[in-house]
Amino acid sequence: MDERQGPDPGRPGLAQQRKKRRGLVGKAIALAVVSVGALFILAPVFWMLSTSLKTLDQTLAFPPVWIPPSLQFKNYPDALSVLPFGTFARNSAIVTLTVLVGEVLTNSFVAYGFARLRGPGRRWIFMVLLSTMLIPFPVLVIPQYLLFKNLGWIDTFLPLIVPPWFGSAFLIFLVRQFYMTIPRELDEAAEIDGCGYFSIYFRIIMPLAKPALASVAIFSFTYNWNDYLAPLIYLDSPSNFTLPLGLASFLGRPGTVIPWHQLMAASLVTVLPCVLLFFFAQRFFIQGIVVSGVKG
Amino acid sequence: MAHTASLARRPFLTRSRKEGLFFFIFISPWILGFLIFLAGPIIASFYFSLTTYDVLSPPQFLGLQNYQDLTSDDLFWQSLRVTTTYTLLSVPLGIAFALGMALLLNLKIPFIAFFRTIYYLPSVISGVAVSVLWLWILNPAFGILNWGLGTFLHIQGPQWLFSEQWALPSLVLMSLWSVGSSMILYLAGLQGVPTELYEAASLDGAHAVRRFWHITVPGISPVLLFTLITGIIASFQTFTQASIMTQGGPHYATFFYVYYLWQTAFGGSTIDMGYASAMAWILFVIVFVLTIILLVSSRLWVFYEGAERG
Repeated sequence: MDERQGPDPGRPGLAQQRKKRRGLVGKAIALAVVSVGALFILAPVFWMLSTSLKTLDQTLAFPPVWIPPSLQFKNYPDALSVLPFGTFARNSAIVTLTVLVGEVLTNSFVAYGFARLRGPGRRWIFMVLLSTMLIPFPVLVIPQYLLFKNLGWIDTFLPLIVPPWFGSAFLIFLVRQFYMTIPRELDEAAEIDGCGYFSIYFRIIMPLAKPALASVAIFSFTYNWNDYLAPLIYLDSPSNFTLPLGLASFLGRPGTVIPWHQLMAASLVTVLPCVLLFFFAQRFFIQGIVVSGVKG
Repeated sequence: MAHTASLARRPFLTRSRKEGLFFFIFISPWILGFLIFLAGPIIASFYFSLTTYDVLSPPQFLGLQNYQDLTSDDLFWQSLRVTTTYTLLSVPLGIAFALGMALLLNLKIPFIAFFRTIYYLPSVISGVAVSVLWLWILNPAFGILNWGLGTFLHIQGPQWLFSEQWALPSLVLMSLWSVGSSMILYLAGLQGVPTELYEAASLDGAHAVRRFWHITVPGISPVLLFTLITGIIASFQTFTQASIMTQGGPHYATFFYVYYLWQTAFGGSTIDMGYASAMAWILFVIVFVLTIILLVSSRLWVFYEGAERG
């Protein structure tokens, strides 16, 4: 690269070497810091896994046992049979996936309008959109609850599924922020080539915005999979419970001792799809994020 | 139509009219949702805030009585205090943590992809499962936190969630564990900052701290604004931790605003959706004012690469 441009053309290697060595030391320190941080982050997860494989007695040992002497895999079937976790998982999957498809489609579509098209009152409408993001869910939840009650939707998935298909201000804002970083020259070039707005959106903006759409998908999935307040309010019968509600009802069961080993097993099973999705989608996610530096 | 004749000379759909039409086509799903699920309910909510309503009998009009009652409601003030304290602690600390992590994970060091995965992992498992996990970690007798404090630092750890003094800091600590999603956003922002800028600044002799404040921060300022606003909003709506871990206790030390609101509207022994609606409106006003202040100030410190600037 720039190796030939050293200040002293007679000894090109020396300054370069010193710089390189300092770089190596810096990297070693950074690596150490990052590793220690990773230990702190992983400890709770490992603790969850470890607890889920203990006997109840071992969970109450002090100092704590990190690796149980005998792994109690039966905690998993035990925990999952205490409550109908299979049903909870199916319910969570139905709600989450239906919402995810809607949120990716609608929000990227609406965001294009706000990012690129000038219409009468756009600034004003965008302010309204932003302010809806500020509306605490509780302001809406009472009248929405009464609305859905009138429609006979209480204790069904509809109150959880239908509203997200009309877009969410949070995600529209997120995608719009991303669209704003895509140079306008690309749109203009496509327009000169005779593209209409739909084809600019589908052919230029959407492909460049894959990382933003991937983050919408991931946010949508993890948010809805883990959502607690809305299902708590709208779902009544245990056969309609999503996983978080199931987990909460596990905790709330009357009894003297909390079965930590089973509770951790159930928690792990609850979080597993999110973790798997993340591992599976991560490469595309981060690689896509890098693309955001649109060079062209 | 009659204007087809004139279309040849001066089209009805001028360029800007066409653009305006398509603007509304693109945003129409949101407009519909806004009218049905937001505007209607909001108006209704304001009406309910002027009533007392136990759902079983029709709402009774009270005027501003609910708002007046709130001013002398100790629980209301306590819940506001708890929520504000939590926000003031968790949001700035969260941003600092997430940005620090993102800067570290943006370095070219070995296994970086692996570390990014690990740092993000906790955010994937938010909600009830994390509350349950931390309930166990923070357990004063058998949890790993006090074990770690005792073993490595020889400190007798506090009672955490069982202590009036430590319950809220416990939840702040817990929130720092899951800042991964803003970290990912910062990382995306950092990678969107053109490397030419850094190279040019280095050639001009700018050292790392200067490069951070003059290139990195402006470069990721849209993301900072986004995470600051959403962080405040989310923190003002904290509910799950209070519901799962503490039930607002001990002695109302974690009695979050939305937890009180939920109790009033859905969970308590006496239900008053009117009173709860009044609480919701006050929350809305607080969050709204804070955000407007941030958005107005953002003109001074947020930069967009593709923005239309005249």
